[in-house]
Amino acid sequence: MATKASRSAARMMMAPAVILLLGWMLIPLVLTLFFSFKKFLPLRGDRWENGLEWVGFENYVRFVSSSAFWPSVITTLIIVGGVLVITVCLGILLAMLLDQPMWGQGIVRILVIAPFFVMPTVSALVWKNMFMDANNGLFSHLWRLFGAEPVSWLSEASLPSIILIVSWQWLPFATLILLTAIQSLDSEQLEAAEMDGASPLARFGHIVLPHLSRAVTIVILIQTIFLLSVFAEIFVTTGGAFGSRTLTYLIFQRVLESQNVGLGSAGGVYAIILANIVAIFLMRIVGKNLDT
Amino acid sequence: MARATTTRRKIITTAAAWAIGFTIFFPILWTILTSFKTEAQAISDPPVFLFFDWTLENYAVVQERSNYMRFLWNSVIIAGGSTVLGVLIAVPAAWSMAFVPSRRTKDILLWMLSTKMLPAVGVLYPIYLICIELGLLDSRIALVVILMLINLPIIVWMLYTYFKEIPGEILEAARMDGASLKEEILYVLTPMAIPGIASTLLLNFILAWNEAFWTLNLTAAKAAPLTAFIASYSSPEGLFYAKLSAASTMAIAPILILGWFSQKQLVRGLTFGAVK
Repeated sequence: MATKASRSAARMMMAPAVILLLGWMLIPLVLTLFFSFKKFLPLRGDRWENGLEWVGFENYVRFVSSSAFWPSVITTLIIVGGVLVITVCLGILLAMLLDQPMWGQGIVRILVIAPFFVMPTVSALVWKNMFMDANNGLFSHLWRLFGAEPVSWLSEASLPSIILIVSWQWLPFATLILLTAIQSLDSEQLEAAEMDGASPLARFGHIVLPHLSRAVTIVILIQTIFLLSVFAEIFVTTGGAFGSRTLTYLIFQRVLESQNVGLGSAGGVYAIILANIVAIFLMRIVGKNLDT
Repeated sequence: MARATTTRRKIITTAAAWAIGFTIFFPILWTILTSFKTEAQAISDPPVFLFFDWTLENYAVVQERSNYMRFLWNSVIIAGGSTVLGVLIAVPAAWSMAFVPSRRTKDILLWMLSTKMLPAVGVLYPIYLICIELGLLDSRIALVVILMLINLPIIVWMLYTYFKEIPGEILEAARMDGASLKEEILYVLTPMAIPGIASTLLLNFILAWNEAFWTLNLTAAKAAPLTAFIASYSSPEGLFYAKLSAASTMAIAPILILGWFSQKQLVRGLTFGAVK
């Protein structure tokens, strides 16, 4: 029963958040779009206040036709896809396990969730040095124990190594959300199916999995958005070398390392479009949920 | 008979869950253990697990050599400042959306969420340029504002879902009893909203503490928080595992402890109410 006065007060209360986010969205976006149509090389003396040369869609064409573009797209897809498959599959199994009665459930939960709270630079460096280092890493000790030649993981198998690191960080997230979803499953339904003689596999396939489908979709969408912009894990492990340069990292290099702002901005626009395609699906689900 | 099978099943489940939990936690445990070793023990082959000469030397060395306290302080200011500022701006907004909803409330919430999906790298140079122009590159103020803006959608969403749970009938009852608007807010609403606000502060403090795109790209010597400090250990010279571990342990310990309190909020905060 909102009165007119309380409605305008409500608008006033919303204004700061809305205005700030509007500025945060529009100003950088407009600038990125603007730069993407310009030749802008700050290291060669281009200054935005002196005016920049308009080059049309040249940056967009050059970004896509550079030899680094397609490999970076493929690398991005491998990393995002690999992490999604690992975290969702293991997450479902782990969530089902944690849902069972056991002793010390609270402690196990804490152990499983912990990696999510480790800052990305720490987890990347710990894995890089203490586990994956070819001389002193734990993996190399283990390999030598079995008489195998140690592998320098991050240079010889950079993508699987990065996928392992990122999966370790995101598995807790997937597990926690899937566990929340599993706990809302009606246990009577499962018991009834068991009474009727449904095998564990049938119960999983016909009851648990359909029940989880929405949570799985949400995990996939949210993780995809975060995984598309994985940065620190690559920055401190390989620095984009050994075929680990993702689209995000390529744009970062264009913009800040080689200071080709026009080209990098065109890449940024591609990244924004890509993220928006994923975002639309996520927003639909979230939006539907708001109504109920 | 049935009783015996359930007990046996429980034993197996417990063993499997503990083994997996231990494996997942192992890198963190190993880092903490290594931080108490000497550099020689840290890389010894075969590795030593518990039976080494425990030492606190690494912690002392890291503090002395790297001015660790300054990085810690930067992290506290940046994460704390951005979170508090974000909550101050978000509380009125979430409040009005929860209690005086209009036809556009849903659209505004979804639009706010959509700003969270903007890939940071897509707007890296404009933000970088704005920071240079304002003389805010490598400053804590810039990071406080940027991390606040990044997390603002999550903060608004979390608060909104918490405020939504406060039943409107209570407000009406207070009004019937003759409470003024001020009393209503102070004595009825605020106590009910505090748990939600606290949870929101907690989760967003953690998210801001661990943020590692803007903190790496917009700071150098002055304003660098712990994320950037740890990244400076990435050049592998000499024997440094124990010191890296000590520095890492100090950077993650406070957040691990806070994180254990915020498990539940994690689901709510990061799925935008889509999983309950």
